[in-house]
Amino acid sequence: MAIEKFSKDHEWIRVEGDIATIGITVHAQDQLGDVVFVEVPEVGRKVSAEEAVAVVESVKAASDVYSPLTGEVIEANADVASTPGLVNEDAEGKAWFFKVRLSNPAELDALMDRAAYDEFAKNG
Amino acid sequence: MAMNTQGRPTAPGTVSSSEITTFTGNRGLDHEEPLIFEIGDTGRTGVDLPSAPKAKSRLGGLERKAEIGLPGLTEPETMRHYVRLSRKNYAIDSGLYPLGSCTMKHNPRLNEKMARLPGIGDIHPLQPQSTVQGAIQLMETLAHYLMELTGMPAVSLSPKAGAHGELCGMLAIKAAHEAKGSKRDVVLVPDSAHGTNPATAAFMGYRVKPIPAMADGTVSAEAVRAALGPDVAAIMLTNPNTCGLFEREIVEIAKAVHEAGAYFYCDGANFNAIVGKVRPGDLGIDAMHINLHKTFSTPHGGGGPGAGPVVLSAALAPYAPLPFIRKDGDKLLLVEDEGAAGDAKPFGRLTAFHGQMGMYVRALTYMLSHGADGMRQASEDAVLSANYIRASLKDLMSQPFGGPTGDRPCMHEVLFDDSWLKDTGVTTLDFAKAMIDEGYHPMTMYFPLVVHGAMLIEPTESESKQSLDQFIGTLRFLANEAKHGNDKSRFTEAPMLAPRRRLDETKAAREPRLRWRPPAAKAAAE
Repeated sequence: MAIEKFSKDHEWIRVEGDIATIGITVHAQDQLGDVVFVEVPEVGRKVSAEEAVAVVESVKAASDVYSPLTGEVIEANADVASTPGLVNEDAEGKAWFFKVRLSNPAELDALMDRAAYDEFAKNG
Repeated sequence: MAMNTQGRPTAPGTVSSSEITTFTGNRGLDHEEPLIFEIGDTGRTGVDLPSAPKAKSRLGGLERKAEIGLPGLTEPETMRHYVRLSRKNYAIDSGLYPLGSCTMKHNPRLNEKMARLPGIGDIHPLQPQSTVQGAIQLMETLAHYLMELTGMPAVSLSPKAGAHGELCGMLAIKAAHEAKGSKRDVVLVPDSAHGTNPATAAFMGYRVKPIPAMADGTVSAEAVRAALGPDVAAIMLTNPNTCGLFEREIVEIAKAVHEAGAYFYCDGANFNAIVGKVRPGDLGIDAMHINLHKTFSTPHGGGGPGAGPVVLSAALAPYAPLPFIRKDGDKLLLVEDEGAAGDAKPFGRLTAFHGQMGMYVRALTYMLSHGADGMRQASEDAVLSANYIRASLKDLMSQPFGGPTGDRPCMHEVLFDDSWLKDTGVTTLDFAKAMIDEGYHPMTMYFPLVVHGAMLIEPTESESKQSLDQFIGTLRFLANEAKHGNDKSRFTEAPMLAPRRRLDETKAAREPRLRWRPPAAKAAAE
């Protein structure tokens, strides 16, 4: 079964084996409002934890999306780039941003589980 | 992702469509103006031209195959089209324009008169320098006053806007670091900064490190010191800042920045609050742009162009870009080539020519017609006007940094947040739209980003007390209605009296229609 984690920067992470799928949370898209632009990273890019790798833009603001984990981008979601509205419709499903092959799975320990994130988002 | 919590709604909301409709679509004498392509057609023309003589084409098959399709209009049609469009425009010449951080002050007519003098209006940048000595002298005089007012030893006049000025100053900083062989790659930017600051730094390849503000809305020397390190190239700080507050620890911040081997870039967007009161050079600043179009009353916001000269400290002066002015006996020389730069090490050039001559004339006219005392009074009056508004509204509207009693003075602009609107069903956006119905251009909203539902009001020194009282009276009326009124449709339905109602910004961003297409082509495309 996939491991589900969340970052304090409002990214969700689903890990299967050494592959992590990353997107932004329902709470984050709710705060952003209607998303009108998404830029995803190039496949093959080496990313380090907390590095800005994607961009999400709503009518009111442009925000960087960070990679919560170190590794290599092995896939990016072209659908979310061409249909940014997906983020509002299905933030934690179809609107995943990119997949990373983890080089340091120990970093997962520093991330929150859903209960901890929900509490964090409520107070943030 | 970096969370954004200013709370700005992005959908048009629940605006009803109850409107008075007319046969023509016009609203009284306010015309529903079509696009120029929809008025004219290709078969008519407003001018009587002789038919073109038959000529052999020398374009080798590259000539246009079809009609160009420009609409033909008669002179009165053309005139009316543009006059009607201009009537939809709102400008500082039509009324109070309280956009915070933008400094929409009056553009004196004397400035315009001077800029149109034939000896100034009719010269060309490619004329031999010997024939435009007067114009170069004028630039030299402007440069002198800019250095005098800022207490800085050098100025580069050529940048054409604030952000361009930022780029100029930061390029000088980068050149200074490179000359020392240093490879610093971080720029510190407070989280209340204008968006152009981190954009400039990122554009130049720097990594941006945000500095959080203190609870009182300013930046502490301690926070800067904590963020400084051997990798920091510069700090970019605005003073007064975008919350309308003077950065009181700026001297200490400058000291810490210099001790760490970095440079201090000051965003001069709000210099208009301190002209004649504070010299940035005395504060330890290394580079600062001056928006002539804000502080020195030249037109902007569609009426521009802007102009953003940059003053530089002695440490950065050698790297100032081309062109610059040098005295050669009793002649003035505009140095355009690196080869002629002598000891200077210009980092390059930013503009094809020398910058915005028309704006230099206007800004210098403003300086000379106001004098030192007048410029100081303009700063004082700008601050007084903002504080008059602050004091007149503080019992109804909430100030995020007003201090425990709400009496903490602001500089040239006053910042409110939306906590006073809590549970009223009215948002900052609704409140701003309701102002339009009352005949006021809204204030800056949802900026600075550090405040929820921000409303940033900058009246400038241009408004009379009568005008300020009217504005305050309107805002008090609206604030009371928002808090205590039974019918909130005044806000949620606003604007009701503008040429357009609430716009769907999401649709505009997702499906922008950026060009007109002929009806036939459009039909074929669909």
